[in-house]
Amino acid sequence: MTRARRKVQEWIGFASLYFAVLIVVSILGFILYDIIARGYKVISWEFLTQAPRRGMTEGGIWPAIVGTFWVSVVTVFFSVPIGMFSAIYLVEYAEQGRLVRFIRLAIRNLSGVPSIVYGLFGFALFTLTLNLGLSVLSSGLTLALLTLPCTITASEEALKTVPMSYREGALALGATKWQAIRTNVLPYALPGMLTGTILSLARAAGETAPLLFTGVAFFLPSIPKFPHLLFEQYMALPYHLFIMSTQHHEIVKVRPLAYGTAFVLILLVVLMNGTAIWIRYRFRRKYKRG
Amino acid sequence: MGLKSRVRWRQVKEKCIAQFFQWNGILAIVVLFGIFSLLLLEGIPAVKALGLKEFLFSDHWDPTSPERESYGILALLVSTFMVSFGALVITIPIGIATAAYLAEVAPPRIRELVKPMIEILAGIPSVVVGFLGILVVGPVITRLFHVSHGLTALNGAVLLAVMALPTIISISEDAIVSVPHEFKQASLALGATRWQTLTQVTLPAAASGIFASVMLGMGRAIGETMTVLMACGNAPSMPRGYLDSIQTMTATIAIELGETVQGDIHYRSLFVIGFLLFVMTFVVNLISDLVLEKYRRMWQR
Amino acid sequence: MPEIKIRTKNFNFFYGNFKALSNINIEIEANKVTALIGPSGCGKSTFLRSLNRMNDLIPGTRVEGLVELDGENIYDKSIDVVDLRRRVGMVFQKSNPFPKSIFDNVAYGLRIQGFKDKAFIARRVEESLIQAALWDEVKDRLHESAFAISGGQQQRLCIARALVVNPEVLLMDEPASALDPIATQKIEELLFELKKKYTIVIVTHNMQQAARISDWTGFFYLGELIEFGPTEQIFTNPKNKKTEEYITGRFG
Repeated sequence: MTRARRKVQEWIGFASLYFAVLIVVSILGFILYDIIARGYKVISWEFLTQAPRRGMTEGGIWPAIVGTFWVSVVTVFFSVPIGMFSAIYLVEYAEQGRLVRFIRLAIRNLSGVPSIVYGLFGFALFTLTLNLGLSVLSSGLTLALLTLPCTITASEEALKTVPMSYREGALALGATKWQAIRTNVLPYALPGMLTGTILSLARAAGETAPLLFTGVAFFLPSIPKFPHLLFEQYMALPYHLFIMSTQHHEIVKVRPLAYGTAFVLILLVVLMNGTAIWIRYRFRRKYKRG
Repeated sequence: MGLKSRVRWRQVKEKCIAQFFQWNGILAIVVLFGIFSLLLLEGIPAVKALGLKEFLFSDHWDPTSPERESYGILALLVSTFMVSFGALVITIPIGIATAAYLAEVAPPRIRELVKPMIEILAGIPSVVVGFLGILVVGPVITRLFHVSHGLTALNGAVLLAVMALPTIISISEDAIVSVPHEFKQASLALGATRWQTLTQVTLPAAASGIFASVMLGMGRAIGETMTVLMACGNAPSMPRGYLDSIQTMTATIAIELGETVQGDIHYRSLFVIGFLLFVMTFVVNLISDLVLEKYRRMWQR
Repeated sequence: MPEIKIRTKNFNFFYGNFKALSNINIEIEANKVTALIGPSGCGKSTFLRSLNRMNDLIPGTRVEGLVELDGENIYDKSIDVVDLRRRVGMVFQKSNPFPKSIFDNVAYGLRIQGFKDKAFIARRVEESLIQAALWDEVKDRLHESAFAISGGQQQRLCIARALVVNPEVLLMDEPASALDPIATQKIEELLFELKKKYTIVIVTHNMQQAARISDWTGFFYLGELIEFGPTEQIFTNPKNKKTEEYITGRFG
């Protein structure tokens, strides 16, 4: 191939790479821009703090915010500790062998299970069999299962960043295994586990499919008090967006409200993901030095 | 004597703690197995009643029809694969190119900037993507192709491509970065250009890792629910092309479970669909896992 | 009659199928410094770590024979490993202070045993830092991070940390290998003082160091204890040819 042809090939080749990245970044940019630009106008104090009125054509999304909040709280309440404990087992206690490989395989597969399948499973297990009914609890538990692979992996990563010498040093001083972990490993792994918590929160806030059969509702005029609300149905931001954009009887009229809902949802999710990413990068750099 | 019993108590406590952690560790396997069994158990009576052949190979899905209920999922299967395949066609070139850029070309500053962006893209909820599919992609399709509305398989494919992109990009990038430097250097030393080195040495060396990422991206596409539910029109008939409205397996469950009576055939057949989805994503994940294992061991020198 | 603190009888150690230590018979005298020398990879550190059962942490290891501390076999099933590690302390090759304050580093050993009395802990910390010849240098910055002091000081901190639980034996794995000559000298002077209270076993690459500070010396080669005897005798009149070759620098 002549030098000229090679140069052209080189130029076209790398240009296509730049182009691809540009496409990806533009997609993200477009999504964020569209939602923010159109949703921003709708946001007001009333929008955020009031309940919907007149068949959702007016009013706000406060109950949906509350519902999403409580479902996320239940999710994190179950998912994070169990994820931490599983990670502690995998990193600190387990002997590397077939069992551990199976567990890791199971975790990776669980993270690939479709969210609607989790919804089906959660419906059958929590709503029906365990008789928790259509409730915040059912949905939260379902989402806890869905986010479990995420919290386990994040906790594992966090534990692995703690140097072996901390464990060995503690054991050589006569600490029991659990003492060494509790006093000399966990405290330093906590920031990383925080990342996992935030990531699973963000995930729980954005998911819709697992909620469909476990308790979400479109219109609930009043919010029960805590703790009763845990056993009742609830509204949620993503589901609200879904109904407003597909099944509302006055779709065009409520479109701005839909954009407003999307705006709040995106803001929440992007903020949480961004925080988790920021923590992770700072944390990694801190322990690379120390 | 008091010392001895205190020591024994401590050892028992340590053992209990270790056991507690082990139970938590095994939980992942228990859950996986639980999902598998529950779907199977709930679904099998439907398969028994309908017959496997009729279920899988009839393209007539009409469980609520007053005259003749039919439960053929062929159309649903085809729709699912159609939209996933379409998504892959779009996302693979863009994804691999982006991964190659990040791994080989990008200056570190840009890398640090773009990688978080990809993570944020991965975190965009599927409802939002579906929402924009209805409002943005749909009208574009109607204008470009002169159809009556844009809720079609094509819409779904485009949206799923967006959702699968982060997966393919990050795992492919990992794979490309893992290719040992020696290969690149040897190629350049022989007088190859950077582009030739990339396409003829680095990418082929990373091929199995990239393949695994594609598998995982496909798994993501197959399993997506809300996006396809919102943007594909939900017509459960056999599609003739990408401009038809379709209904995927995931969307079917989402739409119809609420309308079924618990325990009847319609209800159970949705569990069968769920089981099939589970198996499909399980197989795809397993393949990807095995390939990545082999790939990692290849470069572990 | 010299008191024997640690005695091994026909001690063998396996990493899986690989026999790392063969038939070690050694007697460590109380309140003396015993140095273990030999080329790299010949089992010195493995042997040291067997004395406080830190090797138990490595999967696939196996032991045969006896290791007796004050006449009791430490590998016996009835032995509490946690308590053993309190009695037999260890200072690692690379100083590894915990990411805590200087005070908290030293206090750690007491706290995990359940001691809560602040006055008691403060007193013990001060005593240990004095014994480790570090007190004067850090007494005004006890609550600063342990990483804020020099490498040599960190190593003495680790010694103080090991001393606070009142061990009987101190195992040191090449404690000065990462330190400059002045810091090394400080550690060596420290050992002279410490052996009055503790039994010290030290692994070292540095033969001159072994000759300077130890009372007894053992020469390890390829997992066997080739020769063991009073330091002066080993270095001036070794009985085994291999020992002589190593000492005169013929290999290693």
